[in-house]
Amino acid sequence: MLTLQYIPYREIMNLDTEGKIKKILKSVKENKIILIDGRLDPIEESALIQKTMESIDKRFKGIEIAGIIPNNNKLLIDKIRKEVARVILGRDEGLTIIGPATIVKEIKRNPNKIDLLLRK
Amino acid sequence: MLKGLKDFLNSITAIFKQKRHWKIGLYGPPNSGKTSLANRICQDWLGEDMGSVSKVPHETREINVKEKVIVKSKGKQISFNLIDTPGIATKIDYEDFLKFNMNSRDAKKRAKEATKGVIDAIKWLDSMDCVLVVLDSTQNPYSQVNITIIGNLAARDIPVLIVANKTDLRKSDIKKVTNAFPQYPVIGISAEKGHNIEDFYSEVLKLVRR
Repeated sequence: MLTLQYIPYREIMNLDTEGKIKKILKSVKENKIILIDGRLDPIEESALIQKTMESIDKRFKGIEIAGIIPNNNKLLIDKIRKEVARVILGRDEGLTIIGPATIVKEIKRNPNKIDLLLRK
Repeated sequence: MLKGLKDFLNSITAIFKQKRHWKIGLYGPPNSGKTSLANRICQDWLGEDMGSVSKVPHETREINVKEKVIVKSKGKQISFNLIDTPGIATKIDYEDFLKFNMNSRDAKKRAKEATKGVIDAIKWLDSMDCVLVVLDSTQNPYSQVNITIIGNLAARDIPVLIVANKTDLRKSDIKKVTNAFPQYPVIGISAEKGHNIEDFYSEVLKLVRR
């Protein structure tokens, strides 16, 4: 059975990098595809890749990950709204999908959309 | 008076900056042609290869350093250490290597070394002065690995030149690479065939002077 788990960004926003990675990898290693309504920053993403590499074994082959950021060409009022939402809701702009490589074959990413291709 | 002093100090700084020995890293996903480019640079300026290349992914599994490479272009020159890094990936499955007629033991060994290579490549990011991000211009540039590498370099304020490699192949699409990373300089080359390599050296010199 395929499980898609939603993790609200506010649930991880106050964790340090190690805490975020631990939470993400725990779910991915349980063969869940996780969806976060926010983005990891590039340093966190590279730390996630490092930790993933350290964790590879007979069963765990790594991850597929894709993040998407909505168009940044926004009016000032939109930027202010976004900032207010970030502060109040703890939501960082964007979306992140992470899944185990044994289940997710590929995440095709174009500027404004993500296609998730699963293994048979 | 003050302006004169400032100009004098700036010119002294520029001299030291010019004489500085740079560390230039080659980063990118597996099979984008990092070692082919390293070999091209080393053949052109040292008359020797830097590493072995292969169609099997993760051929480079250790950091390789070639010291004191001196590149000249349009009357200017720079001296740098060239650092070829293993391809960065988010997954490594030894079974993928079996498709290349490798036996199970060798494939597992290669996978283990490749995971360590990825970790080392990321660790070395901090010590680079400039990075050439080598992408396969026949592939979709919007992969998360590319975005993570370039995002990391931006966060560390390390100058970046994106090298859209394999322009000799029919599927090559430099425009797609340029559109994906509009805030960075992009140069299309074929490391294997040597296409556009003079312009590439000129861009490398511009990069270290930024």
